[in-house]
Amino acid sequence: MRRFLLPLGIFFALVTLLGAGLRHDPGEIPSPLLGKPAPAFALPRLDQPEQNFGPEAMKGRVWLLNVWASWCASCRQEHPLLVDLAQRKVVPVIGLDYMDTKPEAEKWLAERGNPYQLSIQDAKGKVGIDYGVYGVPETFVIDKQGVVRFKLTGPVTQEALDKKLLPLIRELNRG
Amino acid sequence: MIPELGNFALILALGLALVQGTLPLVGAWRGDARLMAVARPVALGQALFVTVGFGVLVYAFVTNDFSVSYVAGNSNSRLPVQYRVCSVWGGHEGSVLLWIQILALWTVAVAAFSRSLPRELVARVIAVMGLVSVGFLCFLLFTSNPFARSLPAALDGRDLNPLLQDLGMIAHPPILYMGYVGFSVAFAFAIAALLGGRLDAAWARWTRPWTLLAWSFLTLGIFLGSAWAYYELGWGGWWFWDAVENASFMPWLVGTALIHSLSVTEKRDSFRNWTVLLAILAFSLSLLGTFLVRSGVLTSVHAFASDPTRGLYILGFLAVVIGGALALYAWRAPSVGLGGRFALFSRESLLLLNNVVLAAAAGTVLLGTLYPLALDALGLGKISVGPPYFDAVFVPLSIPLVLLTAVGPMLAWKQASARDVLRRLRPVVLGALAFALLALVALRASAATAVGIGAAAWLLIGTALEAAKRLRAHAAGTRWSRRIAATPLGWWGMIAAHAGLAVFVLGVTVVKSFETSADASLRIGESVALGDFRFAFEALERVEGPNYIAARGRFEVTRDGKVVATLHPEKRFYVVQKMPMTEAAVDRGALRDLYVSLSEATADGAWVVRVQHKPLMGWIWAGALLIAAGGAIAAADRRYRAAKRVPASVAIPVSIPLPN
Repeated sequence: MRRFLLPLGIFFALVTLLGAGLRHDPGEIPSPLLGKPAPAFALPRLDQPEQNFGPEAMKGRVWLLNVWASWCASCRQEHPLLVDLAQRKVVPVIGLDYMDTKPEAEKWLAERGNPYQLSIQDAKGKVGIDYGVYGVPETFVIDKQGVVRFKLTGPVTQEALDKKLLPLIRELNRG
Repeated sequence: MIPELGNFALILALGLALVQGTLPLVGAWRGDARLMAVARPVALGQALFVTVGFGVLVYAFVTNDFSVSYVAGNSNSRLPVQYRVCSVWGGHEGSVLLWIQILALWTVAVAAFSRSLPRELVARVIAVMGLVSVGFLCFLLFTSNPFARSLPAALDGRDLNPLLQDLGMIAHPPILYMGYVGFSVAFAFAIAALLGGRLDAAWARWTRPWTLLAWSFLTLGIFLGSAWAYYELGWGGWWFWDAVENASFMPWLVGTALIHSLSVTEKRDSFRNWTVLLAILAFSLSLLGTFLVRSGVLTSVHAFASDPTRGLYILGFLAVVIGGALALYAWRAPSVGLGGRFALFSRESLLLLNNVVLAAAAGTVLLGTLYPLALDALGLGKISVGPPYFDAVFVPLSIPLVLLTAVGPMLAWKQASARDVLRRLRPVVLGALAFALLALVALRASAATAVGIGAAAWLLIGTALEAAKRLRAHAAGTRWSRRIAATPLGWWGMIAAHAGLAVFVLGVTVVKSFETSADASLRIGESVALGDFRFAFEALERVEGPNYIAARGRFEVTRDGKVVATLHPEKRFYVVQKMPMTEAAVDRGALRDLYVSLSEATADGAWVVRVQHKPLMGWIWAGALLIAAGGAIAAADRRYRAAKRVPASVAIPVSIPLPN
């Protein structure tokens, strides 16, 4: 009897492992950008396309760069958390509207609320390549000197906020 | 309105699946014929409503109903209609619906072709398939509804991923799913046998054709995906040891073990426990594949947007289905017993060895696929396991497997004569050595290449001699056509699949060892040489497709001044998805492929071009097709159909005592 239980035992070890994998992911896949200056760019603002915006404008502040798109299903999941974050004015969030169209992006923000101080349009995904974006959403924490300190792949969750993002932002703001 | 009908049809299907999954089981348990009789009509009803739901989704795609979020996300009014139809399975929700649709088809097939089987068995098999369907329908309706609306409707859709806009992609997912889901039949038969406590040669004969057919589809599905990667990803690779490829390869390996193990159970009533375990594992790995692809646990080129809720659901479902099956196995298998005995040197032993090697191979692939995940879960950092690992562990396992494949059919059941087998192996050994030496001397190949070529020759010669021996064994004077026709299809299927494996191994070895490529920056009128071939960039034109614009090059390939091929590679830009795509041009030949792809234009007007020469590339595909054909031929064996006309009680079941 005991040896016939072996497959079951191995299988449950596997399930535990996969469960742990689910909790870890969508995870902090290491980014080569960590500890390096955020790549420069100049992209048109979503609200005022005639004006360009670049990361140098945020020098001296700790901020989040959140990659989003109106076609991204997982973005819907994190969106309420971002809106809440914006209302509490914890940290400025800049949105990078990734491979999207202006009307759809605006409709999306109108429907769900706009948590972003401003969003910039990366219609062709060029800046996304510089930042190593390979799934939407992704969130970068950038410090006062413009250095990337943290990258979260996948939707922002309450847990990620409480355990990683907010403590890091507090620490960076003190420094 | 119509999409809501589709949604409603799926809800009804769920209701019927619940009935299908419960009442026949109760009936089989209590011996209630009326409850068991529910199985067939309810299964048909479920299949009907699933088909209505699937049809409605197809209709929504064909009529460009962009108020349905899923349609808006995966289609576009400018997309040609054949691609709109295959957009149905271009995303997550539709793929799950396709899974359910194919499960319904297999269930109907089982219901239709099981008239002569014991009614308890049929009731249990259909019920188990119903329960699997319940799980997937709940997953679809509660976490991934394809009919969800987004109002007001989008003006146009976001288009299908351009990578998927290809004929190979129309066929790849349905065929692959036919394989994945087809293993649910073997699984259901295994569970039914464990529940009923009846596991014998007759059971194996009923399970075999279904398993062979599913395995054949799976082979074909993997082949299509691989062939698609070859010409569509633009750089001539065809297998990447990507997590999702591995997810389809693991059930294939275990399925291969299963079809061999089933033959032992049928012919010799042996390996019973092991066969049942393999049947459970083959389907479990299919489900695991689904989990890996859908949950986003692993990053992969195939992964859909990651969604932890869906991942959690599938993991729970996995735990219930596989955990339940393995618990049942742990409880009932001890009473099933191994069955017939055999000597150390016998066909049974060799098939056992084949099973062990295949299971070990599947294990190494599983390890390589899950290892990064395991390290991450244990907090030991993120790593990636790539082709170096798989090449290092998989190839050493596959060479003995290829060698065994030729020997297996030469051995007699129960007790084989070593002297006889050694005598028959002599020409095989000599032939393999001759080819390996030829490769070393004439082609100046490396030792590894010579081993690969020798192994392929070994298997091809061994299989050919086996075929010749079998045909010669007929009474003298029998016409050859008569001899061929009188030999069972099951045996021909084996010969075809084994020969296919040899052709495949030869193709892989030669391509890996002798392929050449060159990258060049070319302006129109310039050319690049590759071995004896010269690729000249003749012209470039602008082409407008339905939903893309493209630059199409014309390349003339010459050898010794004679034109051998004209190729038209394209660089496309899909306007809706804003995605560039490389359409490689391939000139296929029996002995070599010539491959040209346009990378990108440089600032000064030249194009970066990649040209490749791949000897015997077509043999990889031919081998894979032959293997798939072997499975289909074996499944068509008259024996399985004849067995259905015989009442089950005549099949002399060996009854198994129930525990307690």
